[in-house]
Amino acid sequence: MPVGPFGIDPFIWAPLRLVIAVLLVVGLVFNGALAQIYLERKIQAVIQDRLGPLHTGPWGLLQTFADAIKLLGKEDIRARLTDKWFFLAAPSIVFSPMLASYVVIPFAPGIVGADLNVGLLYMTTLGSMTVLGIVIAGWASNNKYSLMGGLRSAGQLISYEVPQILSLVTVVLVVGTLSMVGIAESQPGWQLNVLVLPLAFVTYFIAGLAETNRAPFDLPEAESELVAGFLTEYSGMRWAIFFLAEYGEITVVSSIVTTLWFGAWHGPFVEVFPLIGVLWFTLKTYFFVVVFMWIRATLPRLRIDQLMSLCWKVLIPLTLTNLVVTATLLLVFPSTLVPVAIANWILLAAFVLLLPYVQRRRLVALRERLRTAA
Amino acid sequence: MPDYNLSYVYVFAFFVAGALVVTAMMLLSHLLAPWKPTREKLKTYESGEEPVGQAWGRYPTHFYVFALLFVVFDVEVIFLFPWAVLFRDLGWYGLVEMTIFIGILVVGLVYAWKKKALNWY
Repeated sequence: MPVGPFGIDPFIWAPLRLVIAVLLVVGLVFNGALAQIYLERKIQAVIQDRLGPLHTGPWGLLQTFADAIKLLGKEDIRARLTDKWFFLAAPSIVFSPMLASYVVIPFAPGIVGADLNVGLLYMTTLGSMTVLGIVIAGWASNNKYSLMGGLRSAGQLISYEVPQILSLVTVVLVVGTLSMVGIAESQPGWQLNVLVLPLAFVTYFIAGLAETNRAPFDLPEAESELVAGFLTEYSGMRWAIFFLAEYGEITVVSSIVTTLWFGAWHGPFVEVFPLIGVLWFTLKTYFFVVVFMWIRATLPRLRIDQLMSLCWKVLIPLTLTNLVVTATLLLVFPSTLVPVAIANWILLAAFVLLLPYVQRRRLVALRERLRTAA
Repeated sequence: MPDYNLSYVYVFAFFVAGALVVTAMMLLSHLLAPWKPTREKLKTYESGEEPVGQAWGRYPTHFYVFALLFVVFDVEVIFLFPWAVLFRDLGWYGLVEMTIFIGILVVGLVYAWKKKALNWY
């Protein structure tokens, strides 16, 4: 009789592993959301010179639990004019793809739900399915704020998907595989992709902010203009599911960043104890989660026209240039990555230095036009 | 069972699990939460005013232009993925072909830009 891992029959082990994976990921999503809401409140409080949650439990740690219980006990209201089935299905359409994208995240050597050979493509596909749920939510609510939020979200997400995928393709060029485990294994020690492709990292991170509807790209739920955007008609548990999905999506984007550019589980002692990779992976991922919150507390929201022109006039030309330059240099110098790295750092410097300059010149030109018109 | 199929069993199982989790949470909320609807509660929210008409109507066509552009570029990036994986095998032939492909799209983007299709208003 064949014996699988832990001395369990392989025919029992296969379904058992699946069940364990599902339970772990569901637990991860719930705990992650609780932790991230607490983190977000505390970080915003620190940045704004406040104290944040303090009274519920030690250091306010139980505040998010209290909120979760409160949300469970709230009345589930569905306005009369809403489209019933789409309204009820929308939270699920947002939540399921988010949960499913955890399948391919490589937490540590051997600890991955399933190593799909198209892992990265699968991740981006699921990431763009969120927009479907948001548009359905906005449309089904039959509320003007919701509709505007849903449409803004559609316009924003489909636009930012292009630079996002172009940045990912640049990494695939260097690594040569779409499997998340393969990408993680290609960066042992200090050979992190971020040293070779910093520009792709920056553009992906900006697009990732837009993809998760986070500030400064939180136009779909801009509370000062649209009440709560596509969430306006949602309350209680359904609203909570949207938020679970949002925080889960932030973790997914952060873990893509960690896997593609920061060496996933690689860190000290991983060769000796593979399980410690989970710790490194979590630390790196949560570093980017904290950056997400830092950005939210720091930057003001963009206008929709600024948002669109940043994507189509800046990010897409830039990522296309980066892609072609990287591909050419990889073929000219097949054995070394140094020229690619140099070109990338130069492009990044040009992006960081020239963007404020170009914006300033546009502003000056606009002022000049206004003055001559007056 | 080959490993390849098993991977997609995982994907399917996670999708089902997502729907089940949502259902379970809604069920729990249904058991715990009160349910006393009144006419006012079931009205559409419009900042406390009486709602005027429905929201299912016309909206700006700018979204349409961007959606068209997106369709073109999204198909492009789908073609880029297989090329990127086989990049080293295809060599210069693949690069030149892809550059021409990207070039045609860039011409389209420049055209849209010059036609002011990328301006929101």
